[in-house]
Amino acid sequence: MTTPILDLVATQLAPGTGVESHGVQHGVLVLQLEPAALLAVVTRLESEFAFDLFLDVTAIDWPDAPLRFEVVHHFYSTTHKVRVRLKTRVSASDPTVDTLKPLYGSAGYMERECHDMYGIVFRGNDDLRPILLYEGFSGHPLRKDYPKQLEQPLVPYRPPQGTLVR
Amino acid sequence: MYGKPLPIVDAPGATAAPTHTKHASFEYLTTRKDELVGWARKFSLFPYPFVTACCAMEFMAVSASAYDTDRFGAALPRFSPRQADLLMVVGTVTQKQAPILLKVYEQMCEPKWVMAFGVCATSGGFYQNYASLPGIDRIIPVDVYVPGCPPRPEMVIDGIMQLQERIASGKHLIVNESF
Repeated sequence: MTTPILDLVATQLAPGTGVESHGVQHGVLVLQLEPAALLAVVTRLESEFAFDLFLDVTAIDWPDAPLRFEVVHHFYSTTHKVRVRLKTRVSASDPTVDTLKPLYGSAGYMERECHDMYGIVFRGNDDLRPILLYEGFSGHPLRKDYPKQLEQPLVPYRPPQGTLVR
Repeated sequence: MYGKPLPIVDAPGATAAPTHTKHASFEYLTTRKDELVGWARKFSLFPYPFVTACCAMEFMAVSASAYDTDRFGAALPRFSPRQADLLMVVGTVTQKQAPILLKVYEQMCEPKWVMAFGVCATSGGFYQNYASLPGIDRIIPVDVYVPGCPPRPEMVIDGIMQLQERIASGKHLIVNESF
């Protein structure tokens, strides 16, 4: 299922402008991008194609891939009622993409969460404080190499109680 | 003590009175101070609902008229820890929330009791990860555990009654030489 606007976006953002590949999955246009092209493509999506709603940014950890992290952005157009998904591969040694805060104000919160959980650095976002985690938490819990049961308690645990003792 | 008949004794020197007046009042009763304090305390549990998750629905069910914890004197939620003496921890407590729970517990005045309501508060439940506290007894002492996901209101009422038994049969710090 495609819609005219998705065909238009796909042809306008042709390969050569940083778009490595494109296709439609479940009615969502999926664009695979080079990291350097992200900001330019999003700027065009926002200004030319009326993708005015920033839905989410998250990441996928592929532990064995040479470019380990896949940063995934979703946008929605309230004019055309369609969604578009951008995928950007970054390496584990330099997991950096450009921030979208200048284009979408709500991106700040979602980039903070993505930084919490995956350690993606958003270049230009100077407010990447923990939002769901807490100060002093080390590591990124949704990375595949974070130990599943590792707890970092803020309050020291009491010794185990054999019986109910007050 | 609850449910046992109290001895009714005539005042010394009193003449034989008609039976109905003898049962209408009594001059004194015998009990232990701990039992007296426990009897008073167990029917005036003022819960502080530390409600964090989906068990809240079951907390509402057990508080509302169908099950009605008011029958046990534990109905009126006090939303200030300083006025409460039963801390009901209802739902999952995260590591980020643990300092808040500890502060609420420390703000409560003696006497105070803690109920772990639901399996997450009891042991962490099926959460065993970076985010969740594996049972509130890792940070504060717990008097009664009510497991279940969520617990049935009957289980909560059973937990309250067990706590009442503990209070009734326990020692109370207020009972000392000068009490």
